Amino acid sequence: MNEEAEILKRVGEKPQLIIDGKRLDGRDFEELRPIKIEAGVLKRADGSCYLEMGKNKVVAAVYGPREVHPRHLQDPSKAIIRYRYNMAPFSVEERKRPGPDRRSIEISKVSREALEPIIMKELFPRSGIDIFVEVLQADAGTRTACLNAASVALVDAGIAMKGIVTAVAVAKVDGHLVLDPMKDEDNYGEADLPFAFVIRNGKIESISLLQMDGRMTADEVKKALEMAKRGAMEIYKLQREAVMRKYQGEEVE
Amino acid sequence: MSNVSRKIVLPGDLLSTNPKAAGYGTYVENGKVYAKTLGLLDKSNTGVRVIPLKGRYIPSVGDVVVGIVREVTANGWIVDIHSPYQAFLPLQENPESKPGRKINEILDLGDAIIAKVLNIDPKMKVTLTMKDRVCRAIRFGRIVAINPARVPRVIGKKGSMIKLLKSELGIQIIVGQNGLIWLSGDRRKVSIAEEAIYIIEEEAHTEGLTDRITEFIKKRKGEIEDERGSGNP
Repeated sequence: MNEEAEILKRVGEKPQLIIDGKRLDGRDFEELRPIKIEAGVLKRADGSCYLEMGKNKVVAAVYGPREVHPRHLQDPSKAIIRYRYNMAPFSVEERKRPGPDRRSIEISKVSREALEPIIMKELFPRSGIDIFVEVLQADAGTRTACLNAASVALVDAGIAMKGIVTAVAVAKVDGHLVLDPMKDEDNYGEADLPFAFVIRNGKIESISLLQMDGRMTADEVKKALEMAKRGAMEIYKLQREAVMRKYQGEEVE
Repeated sequence: MSNVSRKIVLPGDLLSTNPKAAGYGTYVENGKVYAKTLGLLDKSNTGVRVIPLKGRYIPSVGDVVVGIVREVTANGWIVDIHSPYQAFLPLQENPESKPGRKINEILDLGDAIIAKVLNIDPKMKVTLTMKDRVCRAIRFGRIVAINPARVPRVIGKKGSMIKLLKSELGIQIIVGQNGLIWLSGDRRKVSIAEEAIYIIEEEAHTEGLTDRITEFIKKRKGEIEDERGSGNP
């Protein structure tokens, strides 16, 4: 990180986020942070995934379909999906008070709704699918990182789905649109626009999550969507590879 | 060789444009066949299907399952069959029940049974029966749990793998479709079988597994003989 920006940040002023057409971490506008995905990292879970997206570190676990407790939550016609997004107290600079708060409850809800259209709930009436995502280290865009991890964990759990969900955010900083913002771009930028896409057979079919924090013009949103789509395709390839890596060698019958 | 290389598919992968070809593990939308779960693609002249690599046991009628009694009710037993759905074994479906005999004396909490899936209603209420030759209450032996998606591999082609275990070790084995396997016989031989089953589960995909299992059993059997010979406990 740039020294000057570091000083400005300390005194609480907005640093210059784009210098000579490059971002503070040296990325181009349309460049993702390095991503690392590993499927099947937890033994007890039916499906799991560890994912790093830049400095974000998250782990996802999927259980189910299984019996629903408490009983009254059961739906006789389909499975219910529960999604829990949780941040570890040590995941951010200042200690985060443990437990659910307004923000994490909201993220859990929108993320669940982003995954619901792909999961074939009707196949498992009266059962429940539980998705837990823990943020171990946060550096902006945790909800997208969590969704990407949850998606891989769902595949790893062998749950019937119509496709795969891939999420990525676009931010507006210093008047430029940038893909996959990191902490400073998120904090000092003008807008943040996370997307989640449903991808089937290598093609983006629909948008299942779209939120916006800040302001953007209609044209910028359109441009951001195109950027996000290209970014999502890259992440999708990595998600696939992660699953393939775990199951390679199983091709022989 | 019977070792056909099969491609791994992920949910949403396009498998065929002929909706009539759609088989197990696939779904059809707008006349196209897609994969529904993670699995191995099995494409033949007659159709496409996906052999799942993972997943919970979803009961289907006629399956032999191993279960554990979780609750005793006035008219039957509620049985845990390692599935998202609990199963119910009605009193009438247990041939051991006679008038005058207390229900918890026939089968009590925690008892293990081998039963058959009799019926599943649209709400996934599963009914079991014990009116079958393979069905019984388990009073001895050992139960081993594996990933239900691996059950076909433990059984092998036309039961070859399970026959091998039975004949080599001379023990009784009943494989529940839900991934619970009942083993009964000489304690040490059962232990060998248990280890062999875990190997099959782990290395199900590798070539020449049957041969390696045969070798493994021979080796372990030999070890038992040696122990006896040298007088070790």
